[in-house]
Amino acid sequence: MGFLTGLFWFVAVIAACMAAGWLFRTIAIAVTPKGVKKELRTAPLTASFGMMVIIIYIIVAVFAPLIAPFPERMVVGPEYMPWDETHLLGTDNLGRDMLSRLIFGARNTVGIAFATTALAFLIGSILGLLAATVGGWLDQALSRMVDVLMAIPALIFSLLLLTIFGTSVITLIIVIAVIDSTRVFRLARSVALNIVVMDYIEAAKLRGEGLWRLITREILPNAMAPLVAEFGLRFCFVFLAISALSFLGLGLQPPMADWGSMVKENATLIAFGDITPLLPAVAIALLTVSVNFVVDWQLHRASGLKE
Amino acid sequence: MTEQNNGKPVLLTMKGLRIEGRSDETWSEIVHGIDLTLHKGEVLGLIGESGAGKSTVGLAAMGFTRDGCRISGGEIVFDGIDLMKASEATKRNLRGKRIAYVAQSAAASFNPAHKLMDQYCEAPVQHGVMGRAEAESDAVDLYRRMQLPDPDNIGFRYPHQVSGGQLQRAMTAMAMACRPDLIIFDEPTTALDVTTQIEVLAAIRNIVEQFDTAAIYITHDLAVVAQMADRIKVLLKGDEVEEADTRSMLSAPKEDYTKSLWAVRSHARAEQPPVAADKTPVVSVQNITAGYGSVDVLMNVNFDIHERRTVAVVGESGSGKSTTARVITGLLPPRQGQILFDGETLPPDYRKRTRDQLRQAQMIYQMADTALNPKLRIRELIGRPAQMYLGLQGKALTDRIRNLLDLIELEPDDYIDRLPAELSGGQKQRIGIARALAAEPKFIICDEVTSALDQLVAEGILKLLDKLQSEFDLAYMFITHDLATVKAIADEVVVMKEGRVIEQGPKSEMFRPPHDPYTELLLSSVPEMDPDWLTDLLREREGG
Repeated sequence: MGFLTGLFWFVAVIAACMAAGWLFRTIAIAVTPKGVKKELRTAPLTASFGMMVIIIYIIVAVFAPLIAPFPERMVVGPEYMPWDETHLLGTDNLGRDMLSRLIFGARNTVGIAFATTALAFLIGSILGLLAATVGGWLDQALSRMVDVLMAIPALIFSLLLLTIFGTSVITLIIVIAVIDSTRVFRLARSVALNIVVMDYIEAAKLRGEGLWRLITREILPNAMAPLVAEFGLRFCFVFLAISALSFLGLGLQPPMADWGSMVKENATLIAFGDITPLLPAVAIALLTVSVNFVVDWQLHRASGLKE
Repeated sequence: MTEQNNGKPVLLTMKGLRIEGRSDETWSEIVHGIDLTLHKGEVLGLIGESGAGKSTVGLAAMGFTRDGCRISGGEIVFDGIDLMKASEATKRNLRGKRIAYVAQSAAASFNPAHKLMDQYCEAPVQHGVMGRAEAESDAVDLYRRMQLPDPDNIGFRYPHQVSGGQLQRAMTAMAMACRPDLIIFDEPTTALDVTTQIEVLAAIRNIVEQFDTAAIYITHDLAVVAQMADRIKVLLKGDEVEEADTRSMLSAPKEDYTKSLWAVRSHARAEQPPVAADKTPVVSVQNITAGYGSVDVLMNVNFDIHERRTVAVVGESGSGKSTTARVITGLLPPRQGQILFDGETLPPDYRKRTRDQLRQAQMIYQMADTALNPKLRIRELIGRPAQMYLGLQGKALTDRIRNLLDLIELEPDDYIDRLPAELSGGQKQRIGIARALAAEPKFIICDEVTSALDQLVAEGILKLLDKLQSEFDLAYMFITHDLATVKAIADEVVVMKEGRVIEQGPKSEMFRPPHDPYTELLLSSVPEMDPDWLTDLLREREGG
């Protein structure tokens, strides 16, 4: 019986998600301009569900102070209060409102993850495209450097660097961005290597185009599709890396609300069969899955794959 | 319907065949009701431009359509079996055993991981026609009939170890393995050099006659189909234009479209007066030796190109034609020799050339698909050289772009903001021409610019190049392997083989004997629109 009920709920949740995705797509098609409309029509339900979740996260992150019932750091009652009307999700180990911290956590974790991914892409793709276009010793030097960085396990390496440089938000962003940019470098370089052999690049070189123009106008637009897809995936990895570091105590520092450290701080409750500490983990999982749904759809479109 | 079957029974009939293709989630019809009858042992040529539906109809003869296509109406009956109603199992049993298919690119169709013999034996063993040992000895026999070198052992090589022409013949032998009643040849020689093409054509014709196999021969090359087919059917955009037996079709085509196809080859450039001896050539290639790594690809190449003249550089693939172009443009600095432009030495490396030197020499590429950045609009594609070299901005630039589009006969308002993907092959090539013209050059290298295009479209491009030459006093270097193109556009011809110039001179002399033996071979290998040409040629070559 318990199994059947579980199965029922599982199916019900999936169906609800898909219904929400469908509803979101229908509304989105109705309100967006014509060009976007056509693309949205090709979105499968998974992708529209993913887009909906991402938009909700963004809204929550941007308007956190307006949405959250209590401030991020205020102690509002005793520790580990159960769920009730004022504190919808109870309180945490210091008596702070769980829901409010979850909402502010979206802002911190997602915002920092986004900044980090963007920085990693800036560094990685510029160097990668440069290496592929110029070639020769520059390519060799950059590629070997990246090989060395990639040889060290990412988590260990970031722990090491954070221990050396301290754990401010800025160092966190820079350290993770540098480590992740090596992966972006490899992708950007391999994609660009296939583009630089095309006749239109030869034509541009023979025309006497400079390096900057060659990279930005001739190569980058053609490398965009795989890079965008990678951006989504990389965002998830960075996001998980930050949460993992926070869980280990080297990421975002208290009293900032962060999903990773929230799991750690309230982990004792799990022993009592309370699911509250797992809610931040669910928030992480939901966003990761949603981003991947959207990325899958985009990859599918870019590569022209047909089922 | 034509009935000159010499009493042979009907093998394949198609009635009112309709095929739909899917694009953007909607189905649109691409073949609009084709009727076709094929008798045992008969060869039917299907010709038309790309997009005419030739391959689609050819594949439908096996009851097969490509992904994203479906047969929406009509009937296909093969030897009494209704392929529209037959089960997958029935059709699978027919394919490979009684109907075989020879694809355009044998190199892409063979599995590179298996030896030729393994791939040969697959169909007969699978269909239970013969055992493995029997199939192997049969393969050797067929390889011998296909005049493959070393027939006893060639089957034990991998596809990359034999040449393109040999691979195409091995594939035909493979199609013959089960002695099918019908073989569909889909442009089997299009990717080959003229000299190789002859061998493949002769081998195919020979084996089809020996086994009395019926064939559908799909091609866009009229001269080739004239050698191969008993009857010819002309297709245009999924419709039949006309059908007749080969001789009457060649001598008296009825429809205007067919006549225009036939007329393409008659375009020829008028004889130009000889160039004054003291005139400085626009480009002078002097004693060039060049190569990649330690291998010399070009050896002591010399020729001049004058204003308003077209020099055609002819040769098989690997003869060094394109390498010569790379040396002139500065992509490959030569080991020895120099390039003079208007009497002045050009720096060997393009990076050392001034912007004006770069502007003076432009290039048009073979594959317009890869020569135009797919993410840039026409406005930027052809506007960029004008902006860069001539410093045009704003309205002056837009005017110039519109003027260039007018020159290449594309409606400016319609095309200026399109992406390359929204153009046909011929239009893309025109944009490539416009991009070269935008720099206002004195000299343009045309690298096989028409070889990827249909004949009618190609002729349009050649005429356009001709017109632009006289309008802007351009000098052309025209790289090609197609001697019909040479006749149409060249003033002078340079014949290359294995990195050397083996003969050069005015066109009129080149097409008149006596020739260097290689030039002779090259010239005689160009198919002519005479159904007896291949037979006569083979007899002649055997005799001589």
